[in-house]
Amino acid sequence: MASKLRDNAGQALEGVLFDGMTIMAGGFGLCGIPENLIDGIRNAGVTDLTVISNNCGIDDFGLGVLLAAGQIKKMISSYVGENKLFEKLYLSGELELEFNPQGTLAERIRAGGAGIPAFFTKTGVGTLVAEGKEVREFDGELYVMERGLVADLSIVKAWKGDAEGNLVYRKTARNFNPMMATAGKVTLVEVEELVPVGTLDPDQIHTPGIFVDGIFRGAHFEKRIERVTTRPRETALAGENA
Amino acid sequence: MAWTREDMAARAARELQDGFYVNLGIGIPTLVANYIPAGIQVTLQSENGMLGMGPFPYEGEADPDLINAGKQTITELPSSSYFSSADSFAMIRGGHIALSILGGMQVAENGDLANWMVPGKMVKGMGGAMDLVAGVRRVVVVMEHTEKSGAAKLVKRCSLPLTGAGVVDLLITDLGVFEIGKDGVRLTELAAGVTLDEVRAKTEAAFDTSV
Repeated sequence: MASKLRDNAGQALEGVLFDGMTIMAGGFGLCGIPENLIDGIRNAGVTDLTVISNNCGIDDFGLGVLLAAGQIKKMISSYVGENKLFEKLYLSGELELEFNPQGTLAERIRAGGAGIPAFFTKTGVGTLVAEGKEVREFDGELYVMERGLVADLSIVKAWKGDAEGNLVYRKTARNFNPMMATAGKVTLVEVEELVPVGTLDPDQIHTPGIFVDGIFRGAHFEKRIERVTTRPRETALAGENA
Repeated sequence: MAWTREDMAARAARELQDGFYVNLGIGIPTLVANYIPAGIQVTLQSENGMLGMGPFPYEGEADPDLINAGKQTITELPSSSYFSSADSFAMIRGGHIALSILGGMQVAENGDLANWMVPGKMVKGMGGAMDLVAGVRRVVVVMEHTEKSGAAKLVKRCSLPLTGAGVVDLLITDLGVFEIGKDGVRLTELAAGVTLDEVRAKTEAAFDTSV
């Protein structure tokens, strides 16, 4: 069987990228983003990309890097409020944007990866999101039809993985990564720890290797935090009672 | 004297019941976590993929892999669990969350909510707000009663793009509390020192009152 192991982002992306392609990128804010693969796409210089990702990074990190380099033609996202450049490019008409409600985006990707071309959801009925889409009544309530999403390439960040492509995510860095892993015609994964096959407990694997085409240990993980929020010791603050 | 942000958060916290699974939005709703009444235990859901949100970490202990939906660093509790965005919104859309408290730009007398977009000006996106108002069993909106300009935010019909149609159950502003149902809007509480006349003068929507 052909090996899924790759040396680095550049090698993993070889022969995969082309202008005008659609790319799904995992992450929520800057948490759980495939930073090495984003850099690899930046270095390859492909353009006219349609990028499907919950957010678009910040001005100088994450997907914001591809935006600044003029490589993105269109974004499909739920929230882009952390990126000033994004707002400027969109309002001036240089960037296309399709807003999806976050849960609808997650489900579109899950559906796409599961071979489901469309589904009905309550989310967005009676809003701009439902315009031009089929609305149907089920059991007395209105639902809007949303389409499943697939991409030419999915770029995923996991915590641990093995040569088979089995993946484990860590804490809230999981977010969109598992669904995106299933919805790419090609799925490439960067991990913090590449472990020997047999090390991961089969009962604890989040993404089975069948969804993964290439895997490598990321050369560096900056893991930048958008809003470091702390509390002084011995003093209760927000969330203490939760 | 109208309610402060803290007063509004404390009032919203009185909507919590023991055993509730709750999603708190960004802004004043986040403050609600500071006012959970004694003897009541609620589980906070964060739509980026966590149940059982703990407090902010101590300085030096922030974990980049552990954030809330406002992208702030947080901590876990012994009861916490993590899951994907698809599972998270299965909880939300599937009606498994009892209460959502979120901010608003406009609320209309038919329960419509607008809180995600100002055409031509603000481009941020709806995030999870549309899913929350569509799927969570009870929706509470906390917002200032008027714009800084003085314009009413409790209106006959929203002029801003909607987040959801007919979705708001309760509105808490700095002036009082409003129940919104099939029969329209009813003012049920006035903030201390606020008169009915002041509320009428600052409200475009028609409303009944029980105060």
